[in-house]
Amino acid sequence: MRIPILKLHDYLLISVQVELDDQTALQFQEDVLAKIHEEGSRGVVIDLTSVEMIDSFIAKVLGDVVDMSNLMGAKVVLTGIQPAVAITLIDMGIALDEVPTALDLEQGLERLQLELEG
Amino acid sequence: MQVQTHVDINSEWGIVAARQAGRKLAREIGFGSVDQARITTAISELARNIYLYANQGQIKIEEVADSGKRGMKIIASDEGPGIKDVRRVMEDGFTTSGGLGAGLPGVKRLMDEFIIDSEMDEGTIITAIKWLR
Repeated sequence: MRIPILKLHDYLLISVQVELDDQTALQFQEDVLAKIHEEGSRGVVIDLTSVEMIDSFIAKVLGDVVDMSNLMGAKVVLTGIQPAVAITLIDMGIALDEVPTALDLEQGLERLQLELEG
Repeated sequence: MQVQTHVDINSEWGIVAARQAGRKLAREIGFGSVDQARITTAISELARNIYLYANQGQIKIEEVADSGKRGMKIIASDEGPGIKDVRRVMEDGFTTSGGLGAGLPGVKRLMDEFIIDSEMDEGTIITAIKWLR
């Protein structure tokens, strides 16, 4: 299964709409990096509104996508993390401290703009 | 009637199947969305550990009742290598697989009751319960 990645000017927009199994998560990681490289994207928004569960493996994959994209020179913002998901992650001791986040896609794009200008 | 479901874990798809079955039962028992996420995440961690360390095993989920309380029990069992040092695997950040080391200590915090029974070269049985509040 592949998660579709949309291009919008300098940005990539991704809305994760499927239940993430390990393979899909790893494929997604590769696809995002390849697409950043291909399109010369400066920023990426990954929207997680439809994601009902993030376990330690998926959290690690998401955190790694952010770090890997940073290495390439693109900023990533995670948006739309559900209340139940946020509570579960903190219960687990996974704070994703250094990962930029925003409430929704709109604010995610604003945040990217700020990060890239600042 | 108490509901019981078994999911065999022998591939990554087993992990997804186990958490879907877990979410369904948690919803049926009457857990709210936050506890559903906690239970589903706990099942995912336990199922992944089975796949990662023992290659195969089983997740059993069932409704439980005890002196007026209702809840959901998860039993994760495998016949893998066993856990060498149970105290270490319960430390945050300890991992032998390159993960976050959040799995088992995380499951313990997500659930209300948590027991590890592991024998070297025999296997591991982890039992966890979440009570309905």
